[in-house]
Amino acid sequence: MSRRYRLIYSAGVIALAAAAAASTAALVLWAIGASPWATFGVILTGPLRDVFGLTEILVRAVPLILVALGVAISFRSGILNIGAEGQILIGILCATGTALGLSQLPRAVLLPLCLAAGAAGGALWGGIAGVLRARLDVNEILSTVMLNYIAAQLYTFTLRGPMIDPAELMTGSGTPQSMRLTRAVWLDRLIPGTRLHSGLVIALVLAVLVWVLLWRTTLGYRMRAAGAGSTAARYAGIHVERALVVAMLLGGGFAGLAGAIEVLGVHHRAIEAISSGYGFAAIVVALFGGLHPLGIVPSAVFFGLLLVGADMTQRSNGVPANMILVFQGAIILAIVSAKMYLNNPYARQRAAKLLGKLLPSRAGSSAEEAGP
Amino acid sequence: MSAGRMAYDILSLGVPFSVALLLAALGEMFNQRAGVFNLGCEGIMSMGAFLGFLPAFLARSGALGPWADVLGFGLAAGSGVLLGLLFAVVTVTFRAPQGIAGIGLQMLGCGVAGTLFRHFIGGVTGVEGVAAWPIPLLSRIPVLGGILFNHNPVVYLAYLAVPASWYLLYRTPWGLRVRAVGTHPRAADTMGINVNRVRYQALMLGGAMGGMGGAYLSLCQAKMFADDLVAGRGFIAVALVYFGRWSPWGIAGGALLFSLAQSLQLSIQVGGIKFPYEFAVMLPYALVILVLALTRARTLGPTALGKAFDREMRV
Repeated sequence: MSRRYRLIYSAGVIALAAAAAASTAALVLWAIGASPWATFGVILTGPLRDVFGLTEILVRAVPLILVALGVAISFRSGILNIGAEGQILIGILCATGTALGLSQLPRAVLLPLCLAAGAAGGALWGGIAGVLRARLDVNEILSTVMLNYIAAQLYTFTLRGPMIDPAELMTGSGTPQSMRLTRAVWLDRLIPGTRLHSGLVIALVLAVLVWVLLWRTTLGYRMRAAGAGSTAARYAGIHVERALVVAMLLGGGFAGLAGAIEVLGVHHRAIEAISSGYGFAAIVVALFGGLHPLGIVPSAVFFGLLLVGADMTQRSNGVPANMILVFQGAIILAIVSAKMYLNNPYARQRAAKLLGKLLPSRAGSSAEEAGP
Repeated sequence: MSAGRMAYDILSLGVPFSVALLLAALGEMFNQRAGVFNLGCEGIMSMGAFLGFLPAFLARSGALGPWADVLGFGLAAGSGVLLGLLFAVVTVTFRAPQGIAGIGLQMLGCGVAGTLFRHFIGGVTGVEGVAAWPIPLLSRIPVLGGILFNHNPVVYLAYLAVPASWYLLYRTPWGLRVRAVGTHPRAADTMGINVNRVRYQALMLGGAMGGMGGAYLSLCQAKMFADDLVAGRGFIAVALVYFGRWSPWGIAGGALLFSLAQSLQLSIQVGGIKFPYEFAVMLPYALVILVLALTRARTLGPTALGKAFDREMRV
């Protein structure tokens, strides 16, 4: 198939997938009596109108990048980690606990310690699913989903009980949230007056490191080999089970770190509903970014835009915030379907034949040039 | 409260609690027996729960009477068929990886149900729901009557669906085809069975049952709808299919085990035993992980589970 046909074919498949996802969302918007055009307009352009909107996009992109990097590592290793949401919560608990318990330590020690605690907590939570899969063949999708529900309960229990702000008990309002963290552990604000914090730098550096890990180290090669074909990898002497556990530890670690950065950079205390679905959105981000750090960063910015935009439509057009889940679901289904057509040599060949008929000037030679 | 009374309460609550899981898991069993792993069950149940609730909510004045509930179950089953069809297009025709597509379907279903709920209903509102239909004579049997024969009609129908599913799967040509395409699709294809068509049918049937399981939750169990009403029951239903070893009887047993754990947890709370509420809620989810760890999936499941069938693929 000639280059030109391949390009037309890929563009066509992607356009069809995008149209299918957009029309699914439009159908739901139409059902609730909102104008799809106006809603899409607000979501896609609303946050771009001022500096605050732009920085908010990046504030959302930081956890999305981090979690999506972890998701990409686990997906590439052949393990579907749906548990980022729970890993984030455990990361928040560990980071907040460290920050509150050791608050007298100097910043240079405490800040890295909090980040490490968050990552370790997330890694532990992800590691449970990894070990269960490697040792007992427990389907990791189901176990991570269950661990999400367990983590959510553990999180509210901790915030209502052991970690509740004493002030909440004194005033009797009883809002489940932790004490405010000391200023010493807050991440620096990059632009004063906005919420954009130095977590963005950490996320970008880690994106480069993940690329190095996956494509320039033996460990990364082993993990990718285990994901690409576990039987072949095993014949080649790769310890597939170990690669799976390492992938889940790393995936959970990234999610836990994202939680720690979210609490140290944005909220400065553990509150309820802190994660607001980052764990699930990041799965879409990772898939949309082609499970590659270079794709994940722009894709996280795009979904940051969607998240901020969806908040705006809720306020201006009265479109419920649940709509973001509709977008994400439709986008996942469109991506996985389109991918199969982009990689299917038979479908490509058929399309080339069809294009050859439609574009007779270049037919003949180029359509039969190369098989699958 | 005496121990006997408590055991009676746990059992008589546990039986109706199992129905949503039972219906959804039986549907998922047909999907998996045909070789498709449908994780979107959670989304299908969510959608079914909302659409099942909607007619009863709109007809609160009672103009439609019990027909509103019947209509609700019909709508829920219909939406399940449509979502099953969508999943079939994505995973059977497009051959997309089933695990991740299922997560997509889950998000879509939960998102649509939540969005429509916020728009049309707004806040949590109760409905009368489906009333109990004690079976004459049988419900008067001491102890056993209250546990087994004093429920709403959907409970009886759901338990009748267990032998019906067994019959459909093991004693009809269609059931044989379902098992064939889930075990060895290429052999089935050689024998002239249209593999993809059977998978489409199984996904639509599974979707309808998942949708009705959702409607049971909102109409018969909770008698209200909320965004998080389904709360992972769709995923638990998928796990139950593993636990029940892909057989209707095993699944019925698993659904009962889970619902008994749930009613035990409720009666612990009501009984005033000191135990943090959050840990009680965790119980069923932890039980799922435990159950999965004790079930050896690889040796028992349908051999073509999770693999799309590609006629053009050379082997």
